[in-house]
Amino acid sequence: MAKRQSWWLWAAAALAYVFLYLPLVIVVVYSFNDSKLNAEWVGFTLDWYHKLFNNREMLVAARNSMVIGVVSALAATFFGALAGIAMHRYKLRLLPFLVLTPIAIPEILMGVSLLIFFVLLNVTLGMTSIILAHVAFCIGFVAIVVRARMQGMDNSLVEAARDLGATPWQAFRLVTLPQIMPGILAGGLMAFTLSIDDFVITFFTAGVGSSTLPLQIYSMIKIAVTPEVNAISTLLMVLTLCLIVLVSKVSPGALRAE
Amino acid sequence: MQERLGKWLLSWPPLAYLVVFFLLPSLIMMFAAFRYPGDYGGLMPLTSEDPATGKLVLDITLDNWRDYLTLESFVRLVDEPLYIELFIKSLWYATLTTLICIAMGYPLAWLIARSPKKYRDLMLLLVILPFWSNFLIRIYAWMILLGPQSALSKAINLVVTAFGHEPVSLLFTPFAVIVCLVYVHLPFMVLPLYANLEKHDMALLDAAQDLGASAWQRFWKITWPLSLPGVYAGAALVFIPALGMFAVPDIIGGTEGIMIGNLIKQQFLETRDWPFGAVLSIMLTGGVLLMAGLAAAVGRGKQKAKQKHG
Repeated sequence: MAKRQSWWLWAAAALAYVFLYLPLVIVVVYSFNDSKLNAEWVGFTLDWYHKLFNNREMLVAARNSMVIGVVSALAATFFGALAGIAMHRYKLRLLPFLVLTPIAIPEILMGVSLLIFFVLLNVTLGMTSIILAHVAFCIGFVAIVVRARMQGMDNSLVEAARDLGATPWQAFRLVTLPQIMPGILAGGLMAFTLSIDDFVITFFTAGVGSSTLPLQIYSMIKIAVTPEVNAISTLLMVLTLCLIVLVSKVSPGALRAE
Repeated sequence: MQERLGKWLLSWPPLAYLVVFFLLPSLIMMFAAFRYPGDYGGLMPLTSEDPATGKLVLDITLDNWRDYLTLESFVRLVDEPLYIELFIKSLWYATLTTLICIAMGYPLAWLIARSPKKYRDLMLLLVILPFWSNFLIRIYAWMILLGPQSALSKAINLVVTAFGHEPVSLLFTPFAVIVCLVYVHLPFMVLPLYANLEKHDMALLDAAQDLGASAWQRFWKITWPLSLPGVYAGAALVFIPALGMFAVPDIIGGTEGIMIGNLIKQQFLETRDWPFGAVLSIMLTGGVLLMAGLAAAVGRGKQKAKQKHG
């Protein structure tokens, strides 16, 4: 089957990979560059990382991002796992629609409608509103991963457990849950990653003093391009990469589920 | 009975959460399009505090609703061609992005699908990986690449000035917006295309070759028509988020490159004319629904045609 592909196909694919990776590589390389301009290589330095760790605003933003990420991932995992199981087991109409639409529509629509919603309800914009918003869009991703895991599960095991006298709850807790646990874990890590990375929805639901890392990066690059941004970008990429490796170890194939 | 209880326990918590934090806010936004803007931005309140009791009273009644609800914002949208033009421009940007993504993603997806099995997962992972890096970082990377100091800018300007033109700036232009939109959305095109191409029966191509079809004919008569469901799925996944994008044009597009998303952001956060912002959001939703419906309808039509022909 492995026919030789024509050279131009390889060239096109290679170009596509270069297109995908060159920008990221440049960001990483320039984060170690001893020059204020992102123009040419001058020499190696860790100054930008040093500056970063002395930047109070950045540290506060990093802490906010972590808190928001952990809390929203936990909540989204709970709701999303329930939704994923329910969507696999029962023929539902409204739930799949509500779970999948937030993923499908442009983020800005969800951002502005939540902004109106929180302001009308007199909810002060800040960490709480950001977390509530993040949970809403992360539920869908967790649900999809968990549902995919349920679909790959052997149903006869649950039936066997029931035949042997297990109550539905016991069958769920002792048979279903351990089997779909990798999916739930992968979904949770994915939710954490999405929350840490989210910019658009956070932008509309954040208030004074609740800046996150993406918001901080945004305000920095709106003013000027500085290598400090390269440094924080590199660190964030490393963090995301670690999380992705973790997800794929926990549940191979989960990343492609979406 | 237990079955019903289980169904109820499983589906209610996520359903309740999403009704409160997704459905309800969306409906409130639709409704906001028919209201008047408030004196200091936002929305004109429908309730007021009773001075005697200090309780909130609903002011809007069946008799006076005309004082509170209006089509003014919709009229403004239709009256001022600027807004519709911006929307059409955004549709054009999203279409162009989709087409470029197809042109770039197709060879890549095809090659991955035809590679030995052991390399496929890695090649696919390499496509997805950039998608998982922070969205702003990916835009920022293009700020460096297209910036006036970059090798790319210098090379292009060398050519441009050699032909006797003024040096051009790549950053803060519509060109930068399109490049970045393609960059951000390319994985969404490759994945569904790959999923489709992987399933193709290679025997068909071999048969066509035996019967004397050229490589070009084999592609246009067999591979391309069979891959259309993947193309439509990818097109929807690229077009929809690209249409509503505001961060890319905001950061990298300058004044020339703005899209409908920037106008929506401006109405909500700067001008604070929420009813008009809501009208624009409804227009964007309409564009999204149209595209999603179109992709679904074309997909269904193809399936029916396939069933008919056996």
